[in-house]
Amino acid sequence: MKSLAELQAIKEKMKGKVALREGSNDIRVVVGMATCGIAVGARPVLNKFVEEVDKAGLAGRVVVSQTGCIGVCQYEPIVEVYEAGKEKVTYAKMTADKVEKIVEEHLKGGKVVSEYVLADIK
Amino acid sequence: MKELSLNILDITENSVKAGATLTSIIIDETADQLTITITDDGCGMSEEILKGVEDPFYTTRTTRKVGLGIPLLKMAAEMTSGNFKISSKSKEQYPNSHGTVVKAVFNKNHLDFTPLGDVTATLTTLIQGHPDTDFLFVHNFDGRQAELDTRQMREMLDGIPLNSYEVIKWAEEYLNEQYQSLYDI
Repeated sequence: MKSLAELQAIKEKMKGKVALREGSNDIRVVVGMATCGIAVGARPVLNKFVEEVDKAGLAGRVVVSQTGCIGVCQYEPIVEVYEAGKEKVTYAKMTADKVEKIVEEHLKGGKVVSEYVLADIK
Repeated sequence: MKELSLNILDITENSVKAGATLTSIIIDETADQLTITITDDGCGMSEEILKGVEDPFYTTRTTRKVGLGIPLLKMAAEMTSGNFKISSKSKEQYPNSHGTVVKAVFNKNHLDFTPLGDVTATLTTLIQGHPDTDFLFVHNFDGRQAELDTRQMREMLDGIPLNSYEVIKWAEEYLNEQYQSLYDI
C-alpha cells in the first residue's frame, strides 16, 4: 500500500539533486491547458511529456510547464518549445503518440520535427 | 469534453487563475448520483460577472477568461436531468471570505451521463502545473473514500517541489491505488 511516508524517502533521495538542477534548465516545453486544449487532448500530451523527458534523462535541462489559451484554438493541443538563443517552435494538433519523437529528435537531438510544426500543418 | 475529469481540470484551472491558495475538489458518488463540488479561496467574482458566466454568448472580452468552461460543465450536468450551481464572493466585497463554489449534480443512470474518466491524470496535471498551490481531493463512494491533500504532501517533502517527477509519479500511483480500493476492484 502506498503511503504519505514514502514522500520522506523521496525527499531524502532528491535533496542533492534539486540543488544540481537549479539554473540548468535551458529548454522550456509549454503545453496549452485552457478549455480549448483540454477538450481535444492536452492532458495526455502534457503527462506524456513529463514521462518522456524524465525517461530521456533530460529532467535537468528541460522544464515542462502549462499555459492558458494560446489563441489558435483550432490547432490545439498546442505545444511550444522555448530554447535560449533560438526561435520559438510551435507544434500543433499534438497527440501523446507524437511526444516521443519530439523528445528524442528535438529536445535531445536539437532537430525540430518539422512535420508537426504549426506552419507545416496549416 | 469526453470525461467529467476533464471538466474538473478545466474548472480548477479557473480557480488557480483566480489566485486560489487552496482548491478543494469533492466528488460524492452514490449508486445513481454523482456530485462534483469545486471550492476555492480565489478572488471571486462580482455579481455582474457571475450572472454572465453560465451563458457562453454573454461573455465579453473583459470576461473572456471565464470562457466556455462553465457552460460546458453546466450542460453536461443538465443533460442528465441534473443541476448546476455557481456562487461567488468577490475579494472587494468580502475581503475575509472570498472565493467561488461550483457544484454540479449528475444522474449516473441517464443515457447522456458523461463518465468520470481519469481523475488521477487530472490531479497529477494540476499538481504538475501548479506546484505552489494546494489541492484537496476527496471522492466518497459507498462509504469508502479516496483522498489526496497536497498540504500533507508539502509537509512531508519539506521544500522539494511538488512537480518533481518522482513526486508526480508517487501521486499517480497513490491515487490509482486509492481508486482501486474505492471501487473495490
